[in-house]
Amino acid sequence: MIKVLFFARLREQLSTDSIEISANSVKTTEQIRQQLAEKDELWAKVMAADSLLVAVNQQITDWSHSVNEGDEVAFFPPVTGG
Amino acid sequence: MIRVQQNNFVVADEYHALADDNNDGAVVTFIGKVRDFNEGLGVQGLSLEHYPGMTEKVLSNLESEAREHWPLNKVTIIHRVGDLTLGEQIVFIGVTSPHRKAAFAACEFLIDFLKTKAPFWKKELTTEGSKWLDAKTSDSEVLQQWTTKLTN
Repeated sequence: MIKVLFFARLREQLSTDSIEISANSVKTTEQIRQQLAEKDELWAKVMAADSLLVAVNQQITDWSHSVNEGDEVAFFPPVTGG
Repeated sequence: MIRVQQNNFVVADEYHALADDNNDGAVVTFIGKVRDFNEGLGVQGLSLEHYPGMTEKVLSNLESEAREHWPLNKVTIIHRVGDLTLGEQIVFIGVTSPHRKAAFAACEFLIDFLKTKAPFWKKELTTEGSKWLDAKTSDSEVLQQWTTKLTN
């Protein structure tokens, strides 16, 4: 399984902070994004955001990054700390 | 030293911890606070969320990066999370160095990169309800300027 985490605005919009997906059905971060967008209209809208960021194993990366069994993937909006 | 915590911090204590080495001629600190306005709305407080684990990693990497660019001795980065009210302290950056220019530059570098790289998110509680803050393009422009400065 791959654990997928959501933070901040995304967590609130999706009403969940994490889900698990099968590692067999996805090879890249982009494929996870597409699979989640297929859930329903709300997910499709949230996953379509231009500003969406993705991290794999706690490191920000791009949409072609490969994903494997046991990875921790996170989706979140641009950061606003400090 | 890197700390992500709900509790407040005491600037005097952090300063004393930074300033006890006589090899250092300079201590520079920055404190960020919750201010009372943003985009014209009255702000009553903030709620700060973060990505536990990743936050500490990013901050630690930023510290290492700063140490590659400047001769630093001590570095302290503290960022608060949870609910904060108006006027409260949010973030502390403190660096020490034998020389002031390195200390000033590293402190500014750390807060600029923290703002655009560390996974923290602010939700403002305003007089008209709560609202997630949008990232500012001016903050990413500042990073471009750093890239130019550091490669020249």
